[in-house]
Amino acid sequence: MWKILKYSTYDLLRSRWAYLYLGFFLLFTAGFLYLTGDVGKVVISLMNVILILCPLIATMFGIMYHYNSREFTELLLAQPIRRTSIFWGQFLGLAIALSTSLVLGIGIPFLLYGITHDPAIWQFMILLLNGVVLTFIFSGLAFWIGLRNDNRIRGFGLAILLWLVMAVLYDGVFLLCLIVFREYPLDSFSLFATVFNPVDLSRIMILLKLDISALMGYTGAVFQKFFGNGWGILLSTLSLLAWIAIPVAGIRYTALRKDF
Amino acid sequence: MITCNNVQKAFGKNQVLQGIDLDFRESGRITAILGPNGSGKTTLIKSILGMVLPEQGSITVNEQPVRKQWAYRSAIDYLPQIARFPENLTVSELMSMIKDIRPGASRDQELINRFGLKPFLRKRLGNLSGGTKQKVNITLAMMYDSPILIFDEPTSGLDPVAMQTLKALIQEEKERGKLILVTTHIMQFVEEVADEIVFLLEGKTYFRGPIQALKDRVGVDDLEAAIAGILREHPIVVASPDTTRRISANPIRRKIPGLLTSFKKA
Repeated sequence: MWKILKYSTYDLLRSRWAYLYLGFFLLFTAGFLYLTGDVGKVVISLMNVILILCPLIATMFGIMYHYNSREFTELLLAQPIRRTSIFWGQFLGLAIALSTSLVLGIGIPFLLYGITHDPAIWQFMILLLNGVVLTFIFSGLAFWIGLRNDNRIRGFGLAILLWLVMAVLYDGVFLLCLIVFREYPLDSFSLFATVFNPVDLSRIMILLKLDISALMGYTGAVFQKFFGNGWGILLSTLSLLAWIAIPVAGIRYTALRKDF
Repeated sequence: MITCNNVQKAFGKNQVLQGIDLDFRESGRITAILGPNGSGKTTLIKSILGMVLPEQGSITVNEQPVRKQWAYRSAIDYLPQIARFPENLTVSELMSMIKDIRPGASRDQELINRFGLKPFLRKRLGNLSGGTKQKVNITLAMMYDSPILIFDEPTSGLDPVAMQTLKALIQEEKERGKLILVTTHIMQFVEEVADEIVFLLEGKTYFRGPIQALKDRVGVDDLEAAIAGILREHPIVVASPDTTRRISANPIRRKIPGLLTSFKKA
């Protein structure tokens, strides 16, 4: 598996898109830092970019990479290698390549800015960590969708739908539920609903770390009320890790039963 | 070395393999697996490689059942039908990568020389022509010197020189005592290299034996004509132009040639 991981990462890091992704974050972060000069504010601005963009790019890359490497995967499948090694290797390679672009793209401007001497370093680290975790979750989910759907159009459609639901629609539906059922106690519902969306989880985790309750919205407030900052962060971390486990297990389940 | 017992496989409602019983025990023998499009050639090969999982029946390679196993594949060199590789890699990078993933390649330099791939080693795979990719494909498949060789359409895209090289290579491997399975639609290639043929039709083994026996059975002296003869007796699965007129027995099927023509016009 490690060899396949190594080559997938290497292959992707050499592609034009990885550089484009890196360049975008470099420009964006450097621009923000230059314009505001306040690390806390830049972290919040970047949070909104990361929460939308990381899942989108990971989903698109995941599904594209899976379909593009299909014939090569067949070549690997005919070699004396475990199926799970091939697919886990490819997925991790993809996630690591994308995470590298993200970490370098955001990390370099912050390092040049002198984040190591700034008290906001932990906020920055949490932001980066969430970006990486979201990349892992969504590239894994996209990879799994690709594995389950041989029809590319359908696969792409489902992957985009997944992103749309998680990153955009979910909050709207969530809010609608809160308004419709406002006469009922909704604390546990909203907690539950948040755990089911990794994008929301990430947002809450970053905001808890930033300690800005005004921006947290209802779910964040419930989270904080229930668990306080420490427990809230721990719970959201565990939930996010569980979210990574879902596509990893799914990829294994599908790979072992699929015909190529 | 390879045995298939009552192998059955369906993709949805399409029953591709309907109980295949075959064994390939003699080494130093080239068997061509023939059949019309969709007769299950590739599915059978992929089942042997464990890429397709049959619903019924069992397959063993070197007395080891293949289901959910992977280590047995080190005894097999497989040439897939379509050669597509990561486009960002160069030929030599791809080769060292495959060698790294599956150690034990001993013949890569020899094959590179024989197919004249040296000038392409530093080129990116995305920039290679189809024929050159196929040469890379053959080199990757054959560099391990395994006792079983499986080729799925090895001739596609090859120029006459490379075709000669491939034929010579296959003959040499045969003389070195390997078990070789080939699928192809080029009957001349079959006549030149194969010792026996397995003819699959509608997911069953229709015929197995030497080429001459098939010719005798149909009563013609040309393999292509013999195959076409069999297909005319079983016209349903075929949609090639020369046999479509045979589909006229069934009133619904009678419409098929017309549909095909209008489809071609469109």
